[in-house]
Amino acid sequence: MNENIIKIDSVRFYWSKKSNFKIFIQSLEIKKGEKVLLLGESGSGKTTLLSLLCGFLTPLSGTISINGNEINKLSSKSKDEYRADNIGIIFQQFNLLPYAGVIDNILLPLYFSKIRSNSIINPQETAVQLCKQLRLPDDVINYKANSLSVGQQQRVAVARALIGNPSLIIADEPTSSIDSAAQQIFLDLMFEQIYKNESTLLMVSHDKSLSSRFDRLIDINEIITREN
Amino acid sequence: MLLKLSFNSLYARLLTVGMTVLAISFSLMLYMSVEKLRTSAYTSFTDTISQTDLIVGARASSVQLMLYSVFRIGNATNNITWESYQDILNKDEVDWAVPISLGDSHKGFRVMGTTEEFFTRYKYRGGQSINIKKGHLFDDLYDVVLGAGVAEKLQYDINTPLIVSHGLQSFSDHDDQPFKVSGILEKTGTPVDNTVIVSLAAIEAIHVDWSTGAKIPGQETPIEEIRKMDLSPKNITAALLGVKSKLTIFNLQRWINNYPEEAMTAILPGAALQELWRVVGVVENLLLGISVVVIFTTLIGMTAIMFSSLSERRREMAIWRAMGASPLTIVGLLMLEAIFISLISIILSLVLLFASLSVLQPWIDYNYGILVNIEMLSINDIYVFVLFIFASMLISLLPALRAYWFSINDGMTIKI
Repeated sequence: MNENIIKIDSVRFYWSKKSNFKIFIQSLEIKKGEKVLLLGESGSGKTTLLSLLCGFLTPLSGTISINGNEINKLSSKSKDEYRADNIGIIFQQFNLLPYAGVIDNILLPLYFSKIRSNSIINPQETAVQLCKQLRLPDDVINYKANSLSVGQQQRVAVARALIGNPSLIIADEPTSSIDSAAQQIFLDLMFEQIYKNESTLLMVSHDKSLSSRFDRLIDINEIITREN
Repeated sequence: MLLKLSFNSLYARLLTVGMTVLAISFSLMLYMSVEKLRTSAYTSFTDTISQTDLIVGARASSVQLMLYSVFRIGNATNNITWESYQDILNKDEVDWAVPISLGDSHKGFRVMGTTEEFFTRYKYRGGQSINIKKGHLFDDLYDVVLGAGVAEKLQYDINTPLIVSHGLQSFSDHDDQPFKVSGILEKTGTPVDNTVIVSLAAIEAIHVDWSTGAKIPGQETPIEEIRKMDLSPKNITAALLGVKSKLTIFNLQRWINNYPEEAMTAILPGAALQELWRVVGVVENLLLGISVVVIFTTLIGMTAIMFSSLSERRREMAIWRAMGASPLTIVGLLMLEAIFISLISIILSLVLLFASLSVLQPWIDYNYGILVNIEMLSINDIYVFVLFIFASMLISLLPALRAYWFSINDGMTIKI
């Protein structure tokens, strides 16, 4: 279990030549199965880092490896496929297609990833099971996503990120839109499922109090250097 | 799944999408009904008279001769003499001839003198004959047969008495010789509907006391005396001719046009009708052009709606992208949406078109004499639909490309 799932080496990125937002990441390594909390204030480059990891953005120089594959060298089509196969993403809010049903939302990644869809015999049943394990009400599967509470929506987003068991879960402040009482319940449920799936978790937050749940805490300012 | 979600997404925006679909459907329906009316009007128009090989009248342009002899619009420049008519009738090529005599009117409707043969020889809509709906043809000198339109508008029935006025808009009536309705014709959708038909002898009879367009003062021949007179016509306005062999039409036409004793013109009704249509048809083409513009306007409207929903759907696109959708999939989704909207609009417009046509068809036929064809789609319609779908795909590329640009640049950030 000592293999790196994420390995960043000397990555340099900026949006455009004129932009003064230039970042340099010397090195970042996250091992398989690790639960890592990435701490940082807003505007510190968290989202840019996640976008680089997910293959939305391409670095100017350096390498980003996920599961040993250098994703910065992939074509944009392969990057999209790679993301679908390997990464489950949970956003801050507005995770779901509002007009689609809960089950359709959960099954969405399977449509883009053969590997994940082939790993499940009965997707419908699996989605229902995930909802149950995340303590969503039994009748939730009959609802459209936009009729759910924000907390419920975030749990559905967890189910969607976990379905087909991708090796890496990236969560971008998933608790910021829910109140603190519900936060703990949400995190309990999320961690329960992530441990069960043995997934790696990289979660971004500005809330240091969450750190006890994680194997490791990384301060973004320690890995990212801003260049001018 | 992609199809289902795309459909769900449209359904979630039911109101705006619905209004767009409605706008496009109506514009498509407008186009198709103009097109249907245009083709039907053309067929009805060119079928106003059929199976008549030549129309003969005093020298005039073919359109003018057509207008007064068939459509009863305008006036003949001159009459042709009964002798010339007899000469034509005696030609070997001629199979049949129906003389017509125009010039008088009844309450704004033209009065036409002719023979009973007119009712068997005049054909319309590819060979349909005139049928009598009520009563009978001329039994008496003063019998009148009414076109369906005249009977309806004037509320006349069998035995209703009527007076023929001299000329078209005059105050002098032939009130000394009253007529009565003996028969009413079935609706034909041709100018026959608006014609008051009498015998040629009756035309002669009412003009016994007239000379050069005015009543001879003091002269009033009693009806009994008129009945005993020889009422053979001296002039007629025009004649419809049928030939024995179609091959001889042009020979006969040339012979009539070069007839030495009188200046006459013989025209081919089909050719004259088409010439006339070229004048009338311009309006129809204009209408068609306008409805094409309307379609494009609504397509642009659809794009505008897609554009405005785009900012609201930016986060939706980020979700798609996070799940592994490529930017091209996003483009595809938007184009799929446009195709959906166009397809639904096409179906709705067809439903609207056929529903309204089946309701309006009898009314249009009755009031305008145009029999609108409610047949299934023509190849041309299918072409138009395919073209429309392509146009909507093409035009939806604009918002789709913008979405493409968004989805590449937004990445993990969800813009709200």
